[in-house]
Amino acid sequence: MKVRENIAGAVLAASLLTASLVTMDAQAASSAPASSAAPLSWRLGPSQYRQTIAEVFGPSIAITGRFDPEYRQDGLLTIGARTASISASGIERYDELAENIAAQVVDPRHRDTLIPCKPQSATASDDACARQFLSTAGRLLYRRALAEEEISLSIRIAGEVANAKKDFYTGVAAALSNMLLSPNFLYVYKTFEPDPDEKGKLRLDGYSKASVLSFFLWNAPPDDALLTAAENGEIHTRKGLKRQVDRMLASPSLESGVRAFFADMLGFSEFETLAKDPTFYPRFTPRVIDQAQEQTLRTIVDLLIVRQGDYRDLYTTPDTFLTRSLAALYGVPIVDTTDNGQPERWIPHKYPPDDPRAGILSHASFVALHSPSGRSSPTDRGKALREYLLCQEVPSPPADVSFAVVQDTNHPVFKTARERLGAHATDAACSGCHKITDPIGLALENFDTAGGYRTTENGVKIDTSGELNGTKFDGPVGLTKALHGDPALTACVATRAVAYASGRTPGRGDAELKRIQAEFGKKKYNFVELLREVALSDALFRVPPSAAQLVTAAR
Amino acid sequence: MKSGRQITRRRLLRGMLAGSAVTVGLPILDCVLNTNGTAFASTGSPLPARFATWYWPLGLGEDDWAPKVSGTNYTLPPQMAPLKPLQKKLNFFTGGQVFLDGQSNNVHFTGLQGLMTGKVANSREYLGSIDALISEVIGSGSRFRSIEVACAGSPRDCWSARTDSGVQPAEISPVALYSRIFGAEFKDPNAAEFTPDPDVMLKKSVLSGIAEERQSLMKRLGAADREKLDNYFTSLRELEQKLQIQLQKPEPLPSCSIPKPLTMDKEPAVTLATEAIERANLFGGLLAHALACGQTNVTNLAISRPQSGLRKEGDATAHHTHTHEEQIDAKLGYQPVCRWFTDQYMTALAQFANRLDSIKEGDRTLLDSMVVFAFTDHGAPRLHSVRNYPIITFGSGGGRIKTGMHIGRPGDQVTRVGLTIQQAMGVQTSSWGVGSNRVTSPISEVLA
Repeated sequence: MKVRENIAGAVLAASLLTASLVTMDAQAASSAPASSAAPLSWRLGPSQYRQTIAEVFGPSIAITGRFDPEYRQDGLLTIGARTASISASGIERYDELAENIAAQVVDPRHRDTLIPCKPQSATASDDACARQFLSTAGRLLYRRALAEEEISLSIRIAGEVANAKKDFYTGVAAALSNMLLSPNFLYVYKTFEPDPDEKGKLRLDGYSKASVLSFFLWNAPPDDALLTAAENGEIHTRKGLKRQVDRMLASPSLESGVRAFFADMLGFSEFETLAKDPTFYPRFTPRVIDQAQEQTLRTIVDLLIVRQGDYRDLYTTPDTFLTRSLAALYGVPIVDTTDNGQPERWIPHKYPPDDPRAGILSHASFVALHSPSGRSSPTDRGKALREYLLCQEVPSPPADVSFAVVQDTNHPVFKTARERLGAHATDAACSGCHKITDPIGLALENFDTAGGYRTTENGVKIDTSGELNGTKFDGPVGLTKALHGDPALTACVATRAVAYASGRTPGRGDAELKRIQAEFGKKKYNFVELLREVALSDALFRVPPSAAQLVTAAR
Repeated sequence: MKSGRQITRRRLLRGMLAGSAVTVGLPILDCVLNTNGTAFASTGSPLPARFATWYWPLGLGEDDWAPKVSGTNYTLPPQMAPLKPLQKKLNFFTGGQVFLDGQSNNVHFTGLQGLMTGKVANSREYLGSIDALISEVIGSGSRFRSIEVACAGSPRDCWSARTDSGVQPAEISPVALYSRIFGAEFKDPNAAEFTPDPDVMLKKSVLSGIAEERQSLMKRLGAADREKLDNYFTSLRELEQKLQIQLQKPEPLPSCSIPKPLTMDKEPAVTLATEAIERANLFGGLLAHALACGQTNVTNLAISRPQSGLRKEGDATAHHTHTHEEQIDAKLGYQPVCRWFTDQYMTALAQFANRLDSIKEGDRTLLDSMVVFAFTDHGAPRLHSVRNYPIITFGSGGGRIKTGMHIGRPGDQVTRVGLTIQQAMGVQTSSWGVGSNRVTSPISEVLA
């Protein structure tokens, strides 16, 4: 009977709260200013969500289920996340994820290590123990200390459910599940406070700075030390900030930050919907799709973090890592002594000088990702290189154009992609754009749509001569050398880094961006030094003009 | 009942309790519905209107497929041959166009923007599609305000967009859709006994805790962030409402049967049109059951994205590329490979409509009591034209729409079809669209 009474009470509470929610709605709507400023907060991306759960509760918590899809804006999902809302079906998914994670955290396998106290009785509520766990977990999940009313609300929920279900842990799981569904967790907020050093001005508050830094460098929420630096004000001093940035750049977590940045910049989310026709490309399996991304990320981590190399060398380096499956796809002989049936190993591999496979453009993560399922497309690859790597926009095709000759692979006269595109690009309406995409993509025609190497198409030798911004070259190696020397390559990655960290793409003339780009050059295009420069720059913690009204409203 | 045997509602319910869970095609009984089959006898409340959209990529082809005469006495074009048996239950709208009003034609997108939202904007803005406007009226009483599915593996293939939060992500896995609709949270409307689930009550109470965080958050945020937070809380309310609906005894719906569970999913990404259609048929079945079981009143299905990468088996070139490259066969008068794709899609559309038509509700069928709105990105996609959009609707919306007609209105705003359908589905509006795409009167000949 007691359970029922509690439930009846809970139902009453729910209906009262729903009623008050409607009232709050009306208030919020009427107080919202007509003009909408740029959003500052962002929705936690799937990899940030996963990384957060792994950091807070350990890697043994399984996260199964899908997230709301991400949208790319200004070349980055991270920018798209600024305008992403959470859909009705999305919230169902987040709710399932939250319940699932919370249930694992309190299950007998995890509770003793993850919950720092034991309840007085496992079959009833225990506010003290619930408080201890929920305030600690809450600080890491919300990336700030919880207000007393937030903690007491969580404790109340834990208590209500624990008593209704006669189980302390079910109660804690319910409160935790709510935290994981809360906008305080699912959105990372930037908020402001008066700047004590500059009267009348505002600054990003310590917690916001900590989150911006840690998601930028680690793709993870702030750890305890960073939150403490936010709480004791260290993060607001130049010296303190530098100390934290140095610590973060030296941390092993930097690798996951660098991986996340390049996965975003190189468009790896498109792998989710990538498939090739198995009749034509039987080696392009789901396993290869996963390994293709990993190959590039490993190469990046090795060159940029481990060896502290030059960013431009990513496009020419003979060094990479291969598995048995990837080697088969590429047609590269490697020695792998792993037994069949064992997980495939990653084997370091060095291509001989002038092998066409040098650099990450030759990886399936570029040549296969930017090709249709049945055959390669020089235009798609050229467009992708311009947009992803050089930050240049290629216009959409015009209306009212006939494509009749371009990709008729059985055309009696035009046998290779170059010949077919040449015929098409004589059309004045098309030639403008094709001139900036095709000479790049044609140089990569030695790679078929799945990333395999070839020298002929339809029995005719493939001509891989090309041109990039006035530099003529022959073949993929020539292209990567031309790319290595193109100043847009390094300018672009610096722009993306600033945009990725700050949530807004700086204008071309932005003085701070120019300074960062110049510093990058002075540091021999060392990517870790670029990260340091961005992390310490004014661009990161800039206060937008619209911030003034927020502080007034909060008072 | 033709059997002549008197079946009381009580006996019917008892029978279901005894385990006869599968009741495929069982008509809604006179004793459950009123004499016309338009309302529940127990409460007198009308059967809900229901609405489905169905998107297929890349139009009908380059030849002259618009019938020469309007009205009921017209010949369906060969492209639509699979729909022939349903001709009396469908309307075929042709000739409508999208006016660009100086905006550039962002191919495969701008036309759909105009057709579905009534507004052509020179950005990627896509807000407030027809189905979302309709779901604001008929969607709120059911467990899911709407359900979106996509058949080629990408959740972004969806043309349903709320007025506030934009495009809805689509479900891409039939197995996941099954468990979302018919999993543990499903309440069989025909179960004899109904006990509110105490765990659902508890969950609802727990969730209300999140709403308490709202005000303090709102205070700290700028306008754009508040807007996102508003969207979040709208979605949260839908989740709460879903739970609330689970706590109420549903109206019995004898036409509701629970489909067999799906156990295996294929790889999410598909590259062949036939695979996408196989998935469309699985989804179509689940959506029909969901509609018949009162789980949702609005569904949206998309075969693929407009620049479809789907292929015919053994052919390296995708449908979209074929629309631009394939020669029009001089003898046949059309592009034969492209026609193959259109045939596949029209067959799948017919299968969806037939499935809805096989579910009896009184002396009508589910299809009769709803409207299915089938649309595409370009009528003749080779040249990316925004004129002459083919739109096919099925069903009479519970008697609100006359069917069996071809409505050819060359040069008219295509938005007029959207306004007509919205009015038929109960949206209280006398105009729709922006700029030259704004219309103030529906197509009166189809309104009953």
